[in-house]
Amino acid sequence: MIFSLISIELSKIFRKWRTYIGFLAIAILVPIIQIAMLVEGEKSINFMTRNLQQSFIFVGNLLNGYLISYAILNALVVHIPFLITLVAGDLLAGEATAGTYRILVTRPVSRFKIVFSKFLGGFIYTNLLVLFLAVMSLGIGLLVFGVGELIVIKNVNILILSRTDVFWRFILAYGFATLSMTVVLALAFLFSSLVENAIGPIVSTMAIIIVFVIISALDIEFFQSIRPYLFTNYMQSWRSLFDDPIDIQDIIKSALVLISHVIFFFGATVFIFNKKDILS
Amino acid sequence: MSDDNKIIEVKNLSKQFKELKAVNDLSINVYTGDVFGFLGPNGAGKSTTIRMLLTLISPTKGEIKIFGKSLRESRIEILRKIGAIVEKPDFYGFLSAYKNLEILAKLSGIESPNIRIMEVLELVGLDKRFKSKVKTFSHGMKQRLGIAQALLHDPELIILDEPTTGLDPQGMKEIRDLIIHLSKDQRKTIFLSSHILYEVEMVADRMIIINKGSTQVEGNVEELLNRNDLKVSFEVDDTHKVLQLLQETSWIKKLNSKTKNQVIFSLKNTEIAQLNKYLVDNKISVSAVVPTRSLEEYFLQITEKSL
Repeated sequence: MIFSLISIELSKIFRKWRTYIGFLAIAILVPIIQIAMLVEGEKSINFMTRNLQQSFIFVGNLLNGYLISYAILNALVVHIPFLITLVAGDLLAGEATAGTYRILVTRPVSRFKIVFSKFLGGFIYTNLLVLFLAVMSLGIGLLVFGVGELIVIKNVNILILSRTDVFWRFILAYGFATLSMTVVLALAFLFSSLVENAIGPIVSTMAIIIVFVIISALDIEFFQSIRPYLFTNYMQSWRSLFDDPIDIQDIIKSALVLISHVIFFFGATVFIFNKKDILS
Repeated sequence: MSDDNKIIEVKNLSKQFKELKAVNDLSINVYTGDVFGFLGPNGAGKSTTIRMLLTLISPTKGEIKIFGKSLRESRIEILRKIGAIVEKPDFYGFLSAYKNLEILAKLSGIESPNIRIMEVLELVGLDKRFKSKVKTFSHGMKQRLGIAQALLHDPELIILDEPTTGLDPQGMKEIRDLIIHLSKDQRKTIFLSSHILYEVEMVADRMIIINKGSTQVEGNVEELLNRNDLKVSFEVDDTHKVLQLLQETSWIKKLNSKTKNQVIFSLKNTEIAQLNKYLVDNKISVSAVVPTRSLEEYFLQITEKSL
């Protein structure tokens, strides 16, 4: 039954035009960044390595697919959540807006299964969107720019990762990005269960993410004390996969915090939806 | 009727929304094979009650048993045998009529629903539009699709909340005929909510009238409608002359009220023709005789008060 419910949810998700906004945005944005890098990339690399060039000589293909993909992953950290909320915010609230809760909840299916299948539908959409981002940025990046060593700039340090030591890091980074986006999905899904219009969950989720990201970025002592309690703080941990050596403990801790958030947000949604009076 | 025949048994049901008591200590019994009329003016608590019967909202107090089982404990088992329309029918507008029904059939546990979907679409006259997106449908077509989805899984109990709302007279007649067909030919039990007494009278065997969430009248439709004298209005050319004529007769005791051109009597069904003959025989020109049943008048009163 649950597979049937998930296929129903997926058919609803992928028959709405809003679902394709995310794919369209990535399909437009990523090539624009890639073209810009093709034109201006050498200058950027020279700027990044200007201090080191006095002591070292750089040889090889530094403007490569890995660097492009790494830059894109950094740049889209706030934008991808917005594309996730477009669909996630509509999963439950969209039924309320359309009045279709009535035909859905009066069927012989438990409310938990309805919520669970919708969440899984959203989770599959999230995975596909991140996968599409990976294919567009890493796949096309490697095809156009080729492979090479990856230069990673961290505060005052520059780390150069061997070309044979990068691909697996990207696979894990995209995996971690999927987990981070699942937290966004779960939060927007929770808000979606509370209201009868998809705009509310989209705006609320984005407001929370933007506020948390700003708080995380500001170097103020008070904010530093609350930073560990902000889930956005852990969403950036994929960057640790490009350290050498990798702090495995830190990545596992971040992943567990994010998984806890997903469980908490999803649990709250189930609780609310089970108690909800369908008045729409 | 025996308790074994009860399909719906509602006991002391109440629903409180903050300040508003939408349903107040309501008890209902619906028996197998009934076409049960659930009447009340707008805002009487009909839809709230139906939503509680379908687990869309939870009661504040009271107990609901359907097919002899507690709705709270056996929700899925019970819903498997119920088809329903709740208020206006809404569907996924971006999907076709067929796809909407396919989704709902799968949710109802029908594995291969293709033939059944086309059957119910044909029954409601939408088989030629099965590929059309629902957003292109008129209100009447959506209403008919609503009935199709309610019948999709061949339920034993059909709950229809104002099924003729927004339909033209032909559409209303078709729905009435369909209800009679489902009841008489397919032996379905039908719980029909309406704010129109006439509509319920045409199809229902038993009925309940509720207002402000509470029961006002309950019983057999025919008995309820005919249990009291009828109020019969005689339109005449000269009311003064009528009163003079009847002064010395027993008819005067039956006089209820009068206006300029009307004299209104409380009469039994059989007395209408007798009085009419008496007036005509005595050279009174009677241009119209309009009977109004007391229940009809009562229902009209509560409906007007609720507006």
